[in-house]
This record gives sequence, C-alpha cells and structure tokens, in this order.
Amino acid sequence: MDKETKKVLFEPLVDNNPITLQVLGVCSALAVTSQMSTSLIMALALTSVTACSSAAISAVRQHTPSSIRIIVQMIIIASLVIVVDQLLKAFAFDVSKKLSVFVGLIITNCIVMGRAEAYAMKNPPMKSFIDGIGNGMGYSLILVIVALFRETLGSGKLLGFDVLPLVKDGGWYVPNGMMLLPPSAFFIIGLIIWAFRTWKPKQVEHNEFKIMSISHGEGGHH
Amino acid sequence: MEAYISLFVKAVFIENLALSFFLGMCTFLAVSKKISTAMGLGIAVMVVQTLTVPANNFIYQTLLKEDALAWIGITGVDLSFLSLLSCIGMIAAIVQILEMILDKFFPALYQALGIFLPLITVNCAILAGSLFMIERDYNFTESAVYGIGSGFGWALAITVMAGVREKLKYSDIPAALQGLGITFITAGLMSLGFMAFSGIQL
Repeated sequence: MDKETKKVLFEPLVDNNPITLQVLGVCSALAVTSQMSTSLIMALALTSVTACSSAAISAVRQHTPSSIRIIVQMIIIASLVIVVDQLLKAFAFDVSKKLSVFVGLIITNCIVMGRAEAYAMKNPPMKSFIDGIGNGMGYSLILVIVALFRETLGSGKLLGFDVLPLVKDGGWYVPNGMMLLPPSAFFIIGLIIWAFRTWKPKQVEHNEFKIMSISHGEGGHH
Repeated sequence: MEAYISLFVKAVFIENLALSFFLGMCTFLAVSKKISTAMGLGIAVMVVQTLTVPANNFIYQTLLKEDALAWIGITGVDLSFLSLLSCIGMIAAIVQILEMILDKFFPALYQALGIFLPLITVNCAILAGSLFMIERDYNFTESAVYGIGSGFGWALAITVMAGVREKLKYSDIPAALQGLGITFITAGLMSLGFMAFSGIQL
C-alpha cells in the first residue's frame, strides 16, 4: 500500500474523524449504540454504503451535470440503502427490527452525502472507494467506543457475555440504568471529543471571546 | 379528538425527534449558535414536516402499501420496499417547490428561510418523520397531526439549545472541550430534562 492510500484510509480515524471533527452522521451514532451488536451491524452497513456509493458516484461523475448532481447522488445512495435494508431483513431480522428506521436514515446520513460531495466528485472510483471505507471506519470507531461503555456499564454484558457480574445474579456490579438511556450517548461522545482534542490540540476550537482576568486587568482601571 | 391531542403532545415532548431520537443532530449542533437563526430553521423544519408527512402518507396508503393498489384492480402487490425512495423523492420535490413558491410570492419570508431550505432535504428529522409514520401505520389525519407535532418539537428543541449556547459563550470551559464537546454535554443534559416527560400517559 503506498503512502497516499494509507493517508486516505487512516486519516479519518482520528485526525479527521467524521463525527468528532466534521460533525457528520451524529444522529445514528447516538441512537443505535445502546448495544454492541446493533452498533456493529450499523457500522458495517454504513461503511459498505459509503464505500459503494462513493465509488459509484465517482464513476459517473464526468457524466453528471452539476445542476442535477444532488438528485443523482440521492438516487444512487437510496438504491444502495434499499439493498442493505432488504439484506438485513433477510439475514438478520432481529437486528433490523431493533435498528428500525435508522437503516433507512443512512440515506440522509451526512457522512455519505458529505463524502460524495467533498471527495467522490473530484477523485477516481478506486480512491473514492478507499475514502469511503476510511470514513466508515472513523464512524465505526466512535460507534464501537460508545457502545462499549454503554453496554458494559448499562447492563454488565458485552455481545451477550457477562463482563461485570450483576448484583441480581449474585455478583457485585449494580448496573447504571442511565447508560441505556439516550442522554448518556451525548455525554460519552462529549468526553470522547474532549479526549481526542487533548491528544491532538490542533483540533481545539477557539472561543470567540477571551475571558478577561481581573488581577491583570487589561484596561480594567479603577 | 382527545386521541389527536395526545398524539400531538406525545410527538412534541415525549418522543421529541431531536432529544429522544437524536434526529437532525448535524444541523441541530451546527445551526444552534444564535437564537434568531435557530428559530428560522426551526420554523422551516416545521413547515416542511407538516407538508411532507401527510403527503408521504397519501402516497404510501394509496400506492405502496400491501394490497394498496386494489383500487385499480391489482391485488397481491407489495411495493413497500420502494417507500425509502419515494419518501426522499417526495421530500426533495416539496422542498424545491416550497422554495420556488416562497421566492415568487413571499420574498420577505424567502429571505429569512431561503438559506435553510436546501439544508432541510438532508435533515434526517424530516425523513424520519415519514419513516416513523410508515412504521407506526398512521392514517391520514394522524399523520397530519404527527407532522405538525414532531416539527414543532424539533423547532422547540433547537431554539432552547440556541438560548443555552448564547449564555454559554461567557463561561470558562477547558480548552479541549470548547465548541463541539460542551455542546454535546449540554444536549445530553437537555435530553435528560426531556426524559422527565417520558412517564406521562395521556
């Protein structure tokens, strides 16, 4: 693998993560993460849709007039999502019931549209495919981290295996019910962003205002 | 009548699209820096939601649902797998038409809402409204009530969020948490507040 490919593939993991830096595709990242199994399926579905749609959109990019490009992209993405939705219904019916509308919402997931607009319209199919995989993996990484915390702390299990033995089964862990509720996902993603930005200070957003310190009093004369 | 009122209240508070289903989060986080812009976007979402949910319901009930084509004598056809495609097409078309009508007849309103309209096509709250309507099998009147309610709930949530963020800029936040990080945590706290409605039975 040459350097360029490696960069396209691995940059979205931390340096240019779609969720924590580009703020794309947050909705489903929050909603499906109360269990590891649903998050893994969702991550897989989104990664494959992003990769295939990027490749397809990039393949027709020279024949698409820019005035109708959004519709063309939408149709390609929607068709791929229908395929994924039908596959899930056929082979993983329980999970597809749990994901409910969120599989359909991959259509409006900004990661897919965002990569189509920002990358696939300007680059050849193979590179767009790899870019799609890279961004899908960046998304999957966050999903897996959030699900790891939520499922372990919320129900003491991970993928059906007991990790922390629960009090009601004679163990020692009292499950934190809030971890299974929606708000906890916000807190966990907030903390992940905090961790990422402490690690990579370049990503820090600066405040529009500086808080004036009173002791040095820049202009604060009495 | 009570059933419709209870559906409305449920759509606004208990099943708030933004804070209990996390839909439309990208725009929710990106466009909530100022109250006035947030309110503009909120109203635009409400209008589009009110139009698209009943419209999609009509298409679904008359064309796509299992045996829905019985009125032209075709039975045993189930086109519901096409609902994703028809929903998104309908939404894109309605947004486009709305933009043209506003531009032609209500230029002042177009100035205020115009920039948000293209954003709305890819707002997942709108598509989710239609998909929830299909999943829960609402009839036409219910879908109209649900459309208004869920749009209003989203608008309420983003306006409140913008209010909090306007005050938040004066607070001293750790550098790495500034901006997006603290916004996520604020949204979490708000969502926790909205959970308080969850036990209400109407």
